[in-house]
Amino acid sequence: MSLLPPPERERLRAQYPDVFARPASARLATPAMILAAAAIFAFGLVDLDFSPARLLAGFHQLGWITMMMIPPDPGSSLPAYLVALGETLSIALLGTTIGALVALPVSLLAARNIVPSGIFRFPVRRFLDSIRGVDTLIWALVWINVVGLGPFAGVLAIAVADFGAFGKLFSEAIEAADKKQVEGIRASGGNALHEIRFGLMPQVLPVIAGQVLYFIESNTRSATIIGIVGAGGIGLQLAEQIRVLEWQKVSFLILMILVAVAAIDWISGKLRFAIIGQRALA
Amino acid sequence: MTVAVPVLPSQQLAALNETYRAAMMRKRIRFALASAIFVAALMIAAIGAEVSPGTFVAKIGNFVSYFDRIATLESGARVWSDIGEWFWGWQKWLTLLGETILISYVGTLAGAILAFALNFLAADNTSPAPWLRFAVKRLMEFCRTVPDIVFALIFVMAFGLGPMAGVLAIMIHSVGALGKLYSEIVENIDMKPVEGVRSTGASWISCMWFAVVPQIAAGFASYTLLRFEINVRGASVMGFVGAGGIGQELVVAIRKFYYSDVSAILLMIVVTVFVIDIGTGWVRGRLFGKDVRA
Repeated sequence: MSLLPPPERERLRAQYPDVFARPASARLATPAMILAAAAIFAFGLVDLDFSPARLLAGFHQLGWITMMMIPPDPGSSLPAYLVALGETLSIALLGTTIGALVALPVSLLAARNIVPSGIFRFPVRRFLDSIRGVDTLIWALVWINVVGLGPFAGVLAIAVADFGAFGKLFSEAIEAADKKQVEGIRASGGNALHEIRFGLMPQVLPVIAGQVLYFIESNTRSATIIGIVGAGGIGLQLAEQIRVLEWQKVSFLILMILVAVAAIDWISGKLRFAIIGQRALA
Repeated sequence: MTVAVPVLPSQQLAALNETYRAAMMRKRIRFALASAIFVAALMIAAIGAEVSPGTFVAKIGNFVSYFDRIATLESGARVWSDIGEWFWGWQKWLTLLGETILISYVGTLAGAILAFALNFLAADNTSPAPWLRFAVKRLMEFCRTVPDIVFALIFVMAFGLGPMAGVLAIMIHSVGALGKLYSEIVENIDMKPVEGVRSTGASWISCMWFAVVPQIAAGFASYTLLRFEINVRGASVMGFVGAGGIGQELVVAIRKFYYSDVSAILLMIVVTVFVIDIGTGWVRGRLFGKDVRA
């Protein structure tokens, strides 16, 4: 390769100053960002009481706990654990279903193509947002105050948390629906409810069914933890066994959760495929 | 104006109608069957979860009045009539909220660094050995299936009470979740730059650094920011099990029925989550915007 003659180079340099000399701000932006991120990270480590000695001692302790966990062994409480697992699955299924049923009408109110008026839609959306801003565990604590300890509080907690999430997801699915079918219903003389039932629902329901199945799956995971605050299910057993340091039982319970989540994963995958396949046929 | 609609001869029509009816019938039967199974599953679940509509109806008033109570100060006035009294502990709560965000930040960043190191081993196209890929993938699956609060419970036992357990729990969970997303991005890259770098005799690490990383940086940053946002939510409840942050104050307020404190802390958490939500959204927009321009 030969270099360009100097006058040519000068001309190019004058024409594209950005390429030859990037401004200092552009060149320094990335290192500055990395430096800032690292500085906050270091500050965090100090502020949150990280010290090599504590880490070392902790990992030593953790290693010891892991040794104690092997082999996983339920002792004599296997039947109780199976009941608790059933409870957890029940909480996930019921909570998701209730949340979806309540969210469906509300999501219609939050969808732009159903309620064009922003004044009405805006508060509904913000309401759903604030419900989603609060964690399932917090809802569980609130419901325990209302209906007492036990799995019922868990069902209601999952239902409320899902209501917020579904309301948003459903309304997005409704907004993405094709307008032509709704117009077709209107052209043949249908009223607003007919439009929703025959124009919108056939398009939206398969999407919604897929989302509900996905949530049942992810709620199996959430349902395992709400027991930690006393809302029933396998989390209650897990938290208790951790507190009394029965590590073999703890590892057995964790294994049970992993197997249950994998099983639900597999089933809902099959079901989702069946629903989408059915839709392709229809 | 009348339009003649062509009508098929009745014999032909009858056959078509029959086929249509049979097809619809099959669909309806399948739908009814699926609904029946679903309802049966719900019934079993309702028994399993000790659902009692009676309790629900009797106590639903409590739920509504709970919000009434958390909106009332001890003096009986509405909370917004005396902001100073409502947020009496704002200094303490803000510090704890800052700690919550810091827990999430340190946990996410540490998790992202680990996931970054591991994901090249887990992606189909860059993994140096199949057995290594299998092992790393299973490890990540384990990390993301066990909920972060369960890790926190165990870490509190090992590392003692305090935010350190929360940070480590969030870190482990983020390694699992981010590792999967990262490796999916890596599986979708263009392999030609990698071949180019390898043809110069570069080592595996050089291949990753010079050929893969420039293609994936924006996607990684975007997922990491999303994870940070999720982790702020997760860190707000870490205090429930003694792993630091605002959760400790909240659980005490709820359990001891300090009603106006509950609403004050909840409001602060929700606002923080909103702000982080909008902030990360803005940063992600900037990152991707810059990428499009380049």
